[in-house]
Amino acid sequence: MKTDLSPRMKVLVYGLMSVLLIPFVFPTWWMVTSSVKPISDIFAFPPDIVPTRFDFSTYGRVFELQPFAQQYWNSAYIAALVTAGTMLFSSMAGYAFARIRFPFANTLFMILLIGLLIPAEVTIVPLFQIFLGWDMINTHWPLILIPIFGAPSVFATFVMRQFFIALPKELEEAARVDGLGRFKIFWTIALPLARPALGAVAIFTFLHSWNLYLEPIVFLSSPANFTLPQALTQFTDAYGGALWNVQLAAATMTALPVLIVFIIAQRQFVEGLAHSGLKG
Amino acid sequence: MTVAAKSSSPPARKRPFWTMERRDSLAGYLFIAPQMIGITVFVLIPLGLVFWYSLHEWNVLAQTFRFQGLGNYQTLLSDPGLPQVLGATAIFSVGLVIFNMGLALLLAVLLDQKLKGITLYRTLFFSPVVVSLVAWTIVWGFLLQNNGGINALLATFGIEGPNWLRHPTTAMISVIVVQVFKNVGLNMVLFLAALQGVPRELYEAARVDGTPAFKQFTRITLPMISPTVLLTSIITIVGSLQVFAQIAVLTQGGPGMSTTVLVYYLYQQAFQFHKFGYGATLSILLFVVVAVLTFIQWQMRRKLVFYEN
Repeated sequence: MKTDLSPRMKVLVYGLMSVLLIPFVFPTWWMVTSSVKPISDIFAFPPDIVPTRFDFSTYGRVFELQPFAQQYWNSAYIAALVTAGTMLFSSMAGYAFARIRFPFANTLFMILLIGLLIPAEVTIVPLFQIFLGWDMINTHWPLILIPIFGAPSVFATFVMRQFFIALPKELEEAARVDGLGRFKIFWTIALPLARPALGAVAIFTFLHSWNLYLEPIVFLSSPANFTLPQALTQFTDAYGGALWNVQLAAATMTALPVLIVFIIAQRQFVEGLAHSGLKG
Repeated sequence: MTVAAKSSSPPARKRPFWTMERRDSLAGYLFIAPQMIGITVFVLIPLGLVFWYSLHEWNVLAQTFRFQGLGNYQTLLSDPGLPQVLGATAIFSVGLVIFNMGLALLLAVLLDQKLKGITLYRTLFFSPVVVSLVAWTIVWGFLLQNNGGINALLATFGIEGPNWLRHPTTAMISVIVVQVFKNVGLNMVLFLAALQGVPRELYEAARVDGTPAFKQFTRITLPMISPTVLLTSIITIVGSLQVFAQIAVLTQGGPGMSTTVLVYYLYQQAFQFHKFGYGATLSILLFVVVAVLTFIQWQMRRKLVFYEN
């Protein structure tokens, strides 16, 4: 469909895109700007699209009402561990299924694919019991272990396998003649070449972990252990009503770092996802 | 094992136990071991346990754990809430998939044009994907309140907006819309990649034949990107069945049960009402729905998907 459009069509396309853009961009804009407005201006009518008065004190209240720094750290280190673990295990398994011939490889791969079919929501009840038995309720272990081994990591394994299948055979053959072992070949030859696929896996995994909500509210009970998504909904007044300005300030702090990283590295982000082997 | 034959080990009188094949097999098993053990412990065994639990009456508060065969399944069939839950789940999924795929395709076609500043547009359309899900939902909840930003904007045009999250119809629409704008960027990018893979000669030939643009789209573009459409539709449908955070934050399943989708109902029964046995039965239902839908879509690929070769 790539054609050089006529000037009239160009105006039409720009116009259509700009209108469609509103619901994609406005909420984030509203979140950031409202978080720095005094509470009385948040509900001003007509609404101020651009803030006229500033009040940054809400940002302080976020940290007074909850151990927000701790919760931030919880989310960050859990997402980092999950991402690192998934990258390691899914690339190892993906490599083996793509490049190594061993008995029952196909059967085992089919078993793995069942894992792709079963979202964590289906198994949440027994998972709760299992972690209860291991005395890991209200710890971060379920939030780390379930994603590393559940459906998202199987998806990652699938993506990695697709990538490794496409690698030329000659690269490895030369290394084998030189007497390199399998692990050396994987680590020094295949893995560095797999950087684009690994990037896609890293992005998917990080966002998935950062967004996790059902698992935290099932497994965690004390605020110091909460992760960000769960913490965001806890900024309420004595009657359970939302403290909007505080919630929006906390939401801004949750959303903005990832958004900024994305804007800086957006090419890698989008291309990574587009090349995740999903092209069919 | 052509590789093994080439890298011959020094001629030994006794054939060593660790032949290339055996070493390779061992390496293969070691490489997949973490993933296989993990999937066994955290997916396959729990799946077996879900079946086992679903055959029990298990109330955590009352500390009862009694085998009762298919009792939970009878409860399921006579559960007065279930038709509503399945209805809400179906409406949500169908609405989400149609809206999501349609918008993703439209955006991908628009963003595939050679225009100045198109990269900026791509970035902006994609940006909600990286905004934290609950943060995104909270902002929309803020905007959708009765005195929130959307109604304020409508009021400046003299329109009185509904109380979006408090009416069954508008609540469901709201949840779908919030979810679509959050994630449509993913499908958009995948469609965009697929569009860029369509050989340009096809369009040139069609243009020579005088085929109108819309026909070019239905006759060339859609068939050529159909594998991507199928895969994204599977992912989108299965994803739509898993929706939870948006419901929990925006509507808590209400008003009434109008937005109580299956996963939210499962969560309520198991973790709010402490009926683990019944929760497990609902999990089985969810599993069956996911499996059946995936199977149907996989079968459909023969009929609907055009492969180049």
